[in-house]
Amino acid sequence: MSDLRELYQEVILDHNKRPRNFQKLEGANRTAEGYNPLCGDQLMVYLRMEDDMIKDISFQGSGCAISKASASIMTATLKGKTKAEAEVLFETFHKMVTADLGVTFDQLEVGKLAAFSGVREFPVRVKCATLPWHTLHAALEGKREAVSTE
Amino acid sequence: MRTINELAAQETLRGRPAGFDVERVRQDFPILRQQVHGKPLVYLDSAATSQKPQVVIDAVTRYYQAENSNVHRGIHLLSERATELFEDARAKVARFLNASDAREIIFVRGATEGINLVAQSYGKMSLKAGDEIIISAMEHHSNIVPWQILCQETGAALRVIPINDDGELLMDEFKKLLNARTRLVSVVHVSNALGTINPVKQIIEMAHSHGVPVVIDGAQAAPHLSVDVRALDCDFYVLSGHKLFAPTGIGIVFGKAHLLEAMPPYQGGGDMILSVTFERTLYNVVPFKFEAGTPHIAGAIGLGAAIDYLTEVGLDKIAAYERGLLAHATDALAAIPGLRIIGTAKEKAGILSFVLDGVHPHDIGTILDQDGIAIRTGHHCAQPVLQRFGVPATARASLAFYNTREEIDALARAIHKVTTLFG
Ligand SMILES: Cc1ncc(COP(=O)(O)O)c(C=O)c1O
Repeated sequence: MSDLRELYQEVILDHNKRPRNFQKLEGANRTAEGYNPLCGDQLMVYLRMEDDMIKDISFQGSGCAISKASASIMTATLKGKTKAEAEVLFETFHKMVTADLGVTFDQLEVGKLAAFSGVREFPVRVKCATLPWHTLHAALEGKREAVSTE
Repeated sequence: MRTINELAAQETLRGRPAGFDVERVRQDFPILRQQVHGKPLVYLDSAATSQKPQVVIDAVTRYYQAENSNVHRGIHLLSERATELFEDARAKVARFLNASDAREIIFVRGATEGINLVAQSYGKMSLKAGDEIIISAMEHHSNIVPWQILCQETGAALRVIPINDDGELLMDEFKKLLNARTRLVSVVHVSNALGTINPVKQIIEMAHSHGVPVVIDGAQAAPHLSVDVRALDCDFYVLSGHKLFAPTGIGIVFGKAHLLEAMPPYQGGGDMILSVTFERTLYNVVPFKFEAGTPHIAGAIGLGAAIDYLTEVGLDKIAAYERGLLAHATDALAAIPGLRIIGTAKEKAGILSFVLDGVHPHDIGTILDQDGIAIRTGHHCAQPVLQRFGVPATARASLAFYNTREEIDALARAIHKVTTLFG
C-alpha cells in the first residue's frame, strides 16, 4: 500500500472528489481538447486571457483521479500567471513526473504540484498526469486540433 | 453447438466438475508461476490475450530449432516438413471448427485481418450504393471500422441492432432491420466488453431466410465454447489465435468454399498465384488465393498445438468449469457496495466488466496491479457499446480455465481495498 499512498496522496484524492474550477468558463477566449486513448480520458481546458495573463481558467471532462486532480491543481495554480510562467511550470511538472527516482525537487518551485511526485513510480500513469498540461499548452498556443497523449 | 448452460447441467459441484483439475492445468502455463510486485500473478486479462501452455511454446521452439523452412515452395526435406506441419495445423483448425474441408480455413494475422479480408474481398464484390450491412451495438471496433470503410467505398449503409440494458440483442429490432437491401450481417459471437453470448444460430437462420450471408466474429467465443460452423451454418467465422492460447499474429477466417471460390483475392503477391506474366496472372486455388506472402508458419503450428491441448483438456469440461467460475465471480463482485456490473445477459461467457462509484477504472487497474492482479481498463475497443451504457470506460476481469476461485476472491479483496482508499 505504501507505493499506492505515494501515488494517491490526500491532496490528489481530495481534488479528485472535489475538483476546483470544474466548469465551462463563460467568456473564455481560448479552449483546447485533450484525449488519452489508452484509458478514454477526455478533457476540455478553458482560458480567459488578457494580453499574456491567464485571468481565468477552468476545465471539464472525464478521467481518472490522477488526470482530474492534475487538471484541478493546474487550474488552481495558474490563475493570475502569465503564459511564460505557465510554460515554465509545465516544464517543471513534466520533469518531476518523469524524473528518475531519487531526484528531489525544490519545494518552492513546485509547490502544490509536489503531490504528483509519486507518479514517476507508475510510468503508465504519467500520461494521465500530463494530459491537462498538454491540453493547456495547446490552448495557450491557440491550436485547433484535439491533443492526444499517443 | 452446445451452450454453456447445457454443459453446466452436468457439473457435479459448481465450478468443480468431475475430471477438471485446475491446479494441474495451471502447471501447464509457466507464466502463471511468476510474481508481480512481489505478489503471485493473478491474470484476469485473457480476453485481451490468453496465456500460452508449455506445449504451444514447445511447438514454436521446436519449429525454429528443427523444422524452420519456407512452405509450399521448396523441394528439400525441411520445406516439405514445414509445409506438412503448416497444412496439418490447417486441418486441425478445420476439425476444431467442424468445417467440412480444410480448404475453408484461411490463415490470417487475427480476427481483425479476417474481417478486413471478408469486407474487402466478399464485401467489395457484392455491395453497391444503397445496400445495407447489419452489425450490432456491441461490436469491437474491428467489426465496425472495416464495414465503415467498405460503406465509404461502395455507398452502402451500416445498420445497427440495438441492445437492452442487460446487454442482449433486441432480436425483434434485428428482424425489422432485415430487408431487401440487406446484403450482409456481421455480429460478434461473444462480446468482449459485456461477455454476452449472442444467439448466433438464430441470427444466421433469420438472415438466411432473407438470402443474406452472415459473418461471425468469434474472437472471444472460441476460447470458451465449442464452435461448430456447420451446425451454425455461418458463412464466415473469424478468430484470433492469441486469444485461443496460441501465439500472436495468427488467426483464422473460415469461409464456405463456394463463397471463397467466387471471391477475388485480398492481397496480391507470392503463394497466391498459379502463374504470373505481365499480361495476366492466374490465381491459386482456395485457400492459397487468400494467403499472399510467407505466412506466420510458427504461429500456425502453435495454433495447431493449442487446439490439440484444448481438445485433450476437453472443451466441455472447460466450459463447465468456467461457468462455475463466472457464477462465483459474479456473486463476489455483485456483493461489493457501489460496484455495478456492465453486461448482465442471461447467456454470458467469462467476462466481467464493471464500474465502481466515484473511482475511475484506470485507478482501479493501477491499485489491482500493485496486488499482482492484471485486469484491463478502458473502452476495450468497443466505445459505442460503452456509450450505450453511459460510461466512458470500465474495468474488466476476463476469465480462462486456468483461473481459480481463490484468484477471484483476491480480486474481490483488492476491489475492497480500492473502495477503502478512495472512501
Ligand atoms: C470481439 C473481438 N473481435 C475482434 C477482436 C480483434 O482481435 P485481434 O486484435 O486479435 O485482431 C477482439 C480483440 O480484442 C475482440 O475481442
